[in-house]
This record gives sequence, structure tokens and C-alpha cells, in this order.
Amino acid sequence: MTAANHASTAQSAALAKVSAPPLPAAWTERVQPQLAADEEVLAWLEIDLDASLRFSAGIVVVSNARLMAMGSGDESVHSWPYQPGLTLTRSDHAGVGTLELCATDERLAHWRYTLGTDVAAGRLIDHFTRQLNFHLTGRLPAPAAPGVCPSCETPLLAGDEQCPVCSKEIHQPPSTWTLLRLGRFARPYRGQLLAGFTLSLLSTAATLVPPYLTMPLMDKVLIPYQNGQAIDPALVALYLSGLLGAALVAWILGWARTYILALVSERIGADLRTATYEHLLTLSQEYFGGKRTGDLMARIGSETDRINIFLSLHLLDFATDVLMIVMTTAILMSIDVRLALVTLLPLPIIAWLIHVVRERLRTGFERVDRVWAEVTNVLADTIPGIRVVKAFAQEARETSRFRTANAHNLEVNDRVNKVWSLFSPSVTLLTEIGLLIVWAFGIWQIASDHITVGVLTAFLAYISRFYLRLDSMSRIVSVTQKAAAGAKRIFDILDHVSSVPEPSTPVHLAKVTGRIELRGVGFRYGTRSVTRDISIDIAPGEMVGLVGHSGSGKSTLVNLICRFYDVSEGAILIDGVDIRSLPVAEYRQHIGLVLQEPFLFFGTIAENIAYGKPAATRAEIVAAARAAHAHEFILRLPHGYDSLVGERGQALSGGERQRISIARALLIDPPILILDEATSSVDTTTEKEIQKALDNLVRGRTTIAIAHRLSTLRDADRLVVLDRGSVVEVGSHDQLMACEGHYYRLYLAQARNVDNEDSLSSVELARAADGERL
Amino acid sequence: MITAPDYRLQRNAFGRLELTTAGGETHTGVVPVRAFPISAPDDGIGLVDPHGRELAWIEQLSELPDEMRALVESELSGREFIPEIRRLISVSSFATPSTWQVETDRGTTTFVLKGEEDIRRLDSPALLIADSHGIHFLIRDRYALDAPSRRFLDRFL
Repeated sequence: MTAANHASTAQSAALAKVSAPPLPAAWTERVQPQLAADEEVLAWLEIDLDASLRFSAGIVVVSNARLMAMGSGDESVHSWPYQPGLTLTRSDHAGVGTLELCATDERLAHWRYTLGTDVAAGRLIDHFTRQLNFHLTGRLPAPAAPGVCPSCETPLLAGDEQCPVCSKEIHQPPSTWTLLRLGRFARPYRGQLLAGFTLSLLSTAATLVPPYLTMPLMDKVLIPYQNGQAIDPALVALYLSGLLGAALVAWILGWARTYILALVSERIGADLRTATYEHLLTLSQEYFGGKRTGDLMARIGSETDRINIFLSLHLLDFATDVLMIVMTTAILMSIDVRLALVTLLPLPIIAWLIHVVRERLRTGFERVDRVWAEVTNVLADTIPGIRVVKAFAQEARETSRFRTANAHNLEVNDRVNKVWSLFSPSVTLLTEIGLLIVWAFGIWQIASDHITVGVLTAFLAYISRFYLRLDSMSRIVSVTQKAAAGAKRIFDILDHVSSVPEPSTPVHLAKVTGRIELRGVGFRYGTRSVTRDISIDIAPGEMVGLVGHSGSGKSTLVNLICRFYDVSEGAILIDGVDIRSLPVAEYRQHIGLVLQEPFLFFGTIAENIAYGKPAATRAEIVAAARAAHAHEFILRLPHGYDSLVGERGQALSGGERQRISIARALLIDPPILILDEATSSVDTTTEKEIQKALDNLVRGRTTIAIAHRLSTLRDADRLVVLDRGSVVEVGSHDQLMACEGHYYRLYLAQARNVDNEDSLSSVELARAADGERL
Repeated sequence: MITAPDYRLQRNAFGRLELTTAGGETHTGVVPVRAFPISAPDDGIGLVDPHGRELAWIEQLSELPDEMRALVESELSGREFIPEIRRLISVSSFATPSTWQVETDRGTTTFVLKGEEDIRRLDSPALLIADSHGIHFLIRDRYALDAPSRRFLDRFL
């Protein structure tokens, strides 16, 4: 029982009078009759599993008189009145929580539930413990504290109405009309789009002039000539210049239209890409942990490009086609209604065919995309790990993995192509049949003197274009589906709400002193609870070392303090303010982070040092580098501070890179400093140099340091020993050594290893000396 | 051939497993853990204490005397929760996140699939699906599902 537990019981006592959320409708009928007159339901937990872990509903209720449980399977009600020695505890394993009611000598009952309701279980236990206390000691629970989420009792942030824990659980599928959502990106270009559309209209109209002119050419020039009349050169010149004029106008308009729309779509694509990337960077660490780099790169790169091409080429063509069909229909109708109807007969059939294939192709193309991501994932896995692949001589295995992915890709593509390949020929066939009908009907009409030869020629000229367009229109099916699939994958990113949300009414801290309080912090990663109920108060300027075996939750704690993740339970406060109510970026500016493996971006050393403060002057950069003991080795590089580092840049040693990252942290002068195994990836000599650099960094700041080597934490004011996600010991090095607990054992184990190392190296030295002598 | 191991197992009044070593030391809250829960559930089971230290190793479950095997099996069945999907009844949408209603060997339930990447391909034809709370659902043979289920599933693979 540490200070934290006291805090939480005080807090929970304060919550007592909060009225319990109403019972779920399904249970009201069964619970209500059980209640005594003055009995009041305080909390309940809906359980969804029975004792043998089958899905089955049940409920556990805490009232002011007892604990009650019932299941949907049987009518019986189990009830336990409050009595001394009762305890209610919960634990979880692999996604299933267990709630156990124990007396002092045996287990009375236990219930199982899936972790979706774990928060409610916590609340249930809270209420139970409080009531039990009340019944045993007669102490009245204190009145409620304001600002608590009604459904899970997480303290709400200042100004936030929605509970951060509960709102995380909302899962809404994105709508199917994903492509329409691109409209949001098209809005800034309304003017250009309108101009482009007008130009399309005009240029399409211009292309429809030539077939119309074939009619008089046929009826007034060629047919009369065959019937013995001379050709009128003026008339021919008029018609031919009409043809030429129409072609020229269509050419100019078409060029302008294509240019403008390509320009616009390129910009829409670029906006989409930037927006996606921008949004991606705001997502929490959790999101990146669950995605593969190859997949994300493919989405931002090729998917936006595909949408772009769709907009600039296919959608444009499609719009033109629709315009052409509408106009052609109008013209044909104006010439001869009956022939027009016959001509348009195949249109619904083709439209139906398109619709049928569309459904089959859409799923197919989505799958093709996913399979393609699979292929790139193999590459993204293997290429960065190429040293391991080569070292273990597994080239053949990796090749076969790639081959398998590729074969899968082929197989899926083959299936899609089977449908797809049938599609175009079928459209062509229908076109030919359509033409055949027009020919037959036209000849019959001419024979019965309803139309002229010119009209039939014009119809045939129109209709061949018309069907040609239908054929190209059918292509829109696949590209639309591809683009829609791409858009869906993009909007998957855009719709993803950061699990580290920005507060709706942010609190701004002008000056941060660096006081950090952790109050009952728990964190759950998937079903694994990584840390639980950690409470630490860190005073401004204090240096705290986190110690523990790997996997004890040290790095998780640091990630929580940096707000890379949000706590699942409890709260982290800085200067008394919940970090969730501070703007994320603003909060992180107060934190300097030095990681185990410093990451240097491609760029000069100066740029890398100034990464957190791009406006830093050269003097500031040099001062930071000096303080980080990096100045001298930087000067030894051929281009000094202008030397390129990062991928393909100057090769720096681990210690050098670390000192650059220390300089980076020094430059932003943060009140809080976090050292996550800053020295563990280097040898002891380098460690000493880095330690000197760190000493400068630590001065006057609240520092949280994780170190595997306990010797590096000797300067810490306090050491916090973690074990399997909980704090087991807190105190200075001497205190902890004196109490001979967890820390003592860790320290001894390491000291023994160090001794071994030393003795080994002395043996080697002796051998070397022998060698020299011989 | 069954050789009795040099430790004893029993269940205490709190429902916890107790292991008594040959040396007479008693550990309570012993937990059996399968080393290969999916690929070889009956091979390699570790008995670990609440601190995660291994106390004993069972090469094969069938090695154990009946009484102890029953204890280990009952403890395992109370801890293991990988519902096996028998049928997909409906899915709310083909875009993720999507709510699936499924029939499993443990009854009918619904869960939320956060993304296609939560469907893990095990050795074909098995699939392992993680829901939004991290519960794993197993499909032992996806080709053995009925046609509507296969059609639903196909849209996510």
C-alpha cells in the first residue's frame, strides 16, 4: 500500500455518491425484483462469458447491501452479503478477465468476461471495497468529486465532456462512397473545374459536327451526282471547310480542357498526399507499431498517384463520354426518332453488363491491392535486414518467400483477369450486333422511303463513335474500382483517429517547472497489461532512475510520460495538469528525449542538432555541441558542422551519434529530460564520454533515466525499481542496498558480471603480454 | 510408458493450482502455459509460478498420470480462450473497422475487426483473427467454412 493507493481510495471514496448508470435494459427485469426496499444498485458488470468460457450473458451487481450475480442460463440468483474478510479481485490473461470473490479461507465465486468491460470491472471492485469498508467500519463514503466520466469513472480532463477512455471504443466503418469524399479536396479548385467542364462540353459538341455534315454531303452532293447531277464545288467547299473548322475547334478546346483538368487533378493528388502524410504524423506510436512501413509507403505513394491518374485521365474521359452520349442521343432523336430508338437498343444491355462485371471486379481489385502490399512488405522486411539474411545464408529462403508472395499475387490477378478479359470482347461483340441492327433497320426504312441514304450514313457515323465510347466507358469500371479501393485505403489513414487525441479545450502552460506526478497509471497493450497502478511524484529538478529487468515496463512508462501512448488507467500530471489536456506538440516541446539508438536524419550535423529548434543560431548549435562534448569530433570531420550524416551520409560511431542527439536535446533546453538507455549501446570508454555530456544535460532539469547498467544511475536522487509493471521499491542507491531487496539482488547480479568482465580482460591482457614476450 | 514426475499437483480452496516439488517446497498459483498453443498444443507445457519462473516442463500432456493431467487440463481450459469460428453470420461492412457476428465453438458473439492486418495467416488453411480487444479467434480451416462465410471472409483477405 503506497501513497498511490491512498490517493486512489481517497478519490474513490469521493466518488461514492455518483449515481450508478442505469442497469442495462435486458437485466432490469431480473434484478429489480431481487432488490429489498431500501436497497440501491451502485455498480454492475455485464459479463459475457460463463465459467467454462462459453459466450453467455450474465451480470454481477453491487448494491449497498450485497454482491449479487445471475446468468442468462439459469434462474438462480447468487448473493453474498458484506462480511469481514471478503475480497473482490480481478486479473486478466489473454483477453479474458477474471473477477474473483474470496473469503479468508476459500474462493466463493469467480466470473469471466472479455476485456471490453474491464473498466466496469474496476469500478465494480471499487464500489464493492468501499461498501465493504462502510459496513465494517461504519465510515460514510465521502461525497462525489465532479468531472468524472459517468460510464467508467475516469477523471475527465478540464473542459472535455467526452471521456477519453470510452470514446476510444467507437468503431465506425467508413462509407462505401469513398470516392465522393475526394470532393473535399476538389473544393479549392471549383473555378478551374467549372472552366474545364465548360470546355469539355464545347469540345464534345465540336466533335459531333463532322458526322452531322455527312448527311448533307451524302444527300445533296453524292446521291444527286450518282443520279446524274453535277457536283457543286461551292457547296462541297462549304461542307468540307465546316468539317475542317469543327476539327480545329475540337482540337483547341480539347487541348485547353485536358490541360486545365490535368493541372487541377495533379494539385488535388498533391493535396491528398500531403494531407495523408500530415495526418499520419499526428497518429500515435500505437498506429505505427501495428503497421508495416512498406504498406504505409505504398498507400501514400502509389495510391495517391493512382487516384490522381484516375481523376486526370479516366474521370475526364468518362465525363466526356457521358456528354457525348447525351448529345448524340439528342441529335439522333432530332433526325429520326424511330431509327434513334433502334440504335439505342443495345445501350441498356451494355449498361447491365457493365454493372454485373463491376461488382465482381471491385472485390478482385481490392484483393489485388492487398496482395501487392504483401509483395512490398516482403521487400520492406528483407532489405533492411539484409545483414541477417546474408549472415545466416538464407537468401534462398527469402527468395522463395518473395516467390510465394508473387505467386499469390499472380493467382489473384489471374482470377481478376479471367473476368476482365471477357469484358472488352463482349462489349465489342455487342457493338457489332448494334451496328448490324442499325444497318438492317436502316435499309428497310430506306426501302420504304422513310429516310434518306444520308440519314443512315450519319447514323452509322454517329453510332460507330457512340459504341466506341461505350467500349472505352466500360474501362471506367475497373479504374473507378481501383481508384475507389485506393481512396478507401487512403481514407483508412485519414479516418484513423489518433489514440493520443488533441484536447478539445487545451490548457496552455506558460512555464513548466518539471513536476511530474503519476497517479495510478496503468497501461494495456492489446490484452497484455504492461504496467499497473504506478504512482510516483517527481519534484522539479530531481533525477529519477528507473530500474528493472527488461520487460518490467520502464520504456512503457517513458512512452506514457512522453505521451506516445495514452494511459489506460490513471493519469499523468505535469505541474498539476493532466498531460491529456495539453496540446500534444506543445507538451512534447518541454521534453528532451535521448534514446538508446539515436536517429540522425539525412542532412548536415548542424541541421540534426537543430532538429527540435530549426531557428537556432550557429552560436547556439556550437554551444550545445560543446556542452554535449561533440564539438571536437565534429571539427575533426572534413566539413565540420556541414558534414552530411544520416542514411548514406558520414559514418559516425555509436558514441558520436549519441552525443549529437544529446546536443539536440540540450539545444531545446527542456525542463524535463528523458534518457532511455542512453548509454547502453556503447562500450564503457565511450560511456564515460557520454556520461560527461549527460552531466551537463541533466543539470537543473527533471530527469528520468532508464539504464540497464546500474552504475550509470549512481547520481540519481531516487531510484524506482519496477518489476512486471509495478513499482516494487523506491529509494536512493544506499537505502535500497541497505534493505537488501529487489535492487540489491539486481545490483549484485550485475556487479558479479562486471567482475567477470574485468577478470576476463585482465586474463587477456596477461596473455597479450605473454605473447609479446614470446 | 508413463513415469510419475517428481512433483505433485493439487488444487487449493482458492481454486489455485499448487505444486509441491520433490524437495517438499510448495508453490501456489502455478500456471500451466502451452509453448505452442496453436501449432502443437499438446507438446511442451511449462508449469510456471506467479512470478513467471518455470517450475516444471511437461514434454507431452499424455506423459502425465491421469489425475495430474486432469488438473492441468482443467486449469488450461479455464485460461485458454481462443474461440474457434464455425460460421460468419454477418459483417457490418467490408471496410474496416467492421463488426462481425460469428458462431464459435463457445457460442455466438460479435466482435470488432480493426483492420485487415489483424487477420493473421497461420499455416494454410488456418487463420487467426484478433479483435479490437486483442481476443484471438481461430479459423482452423477456412476452406471448410460454409459458402456464405467464405464469401464474407474472402472480402477481407
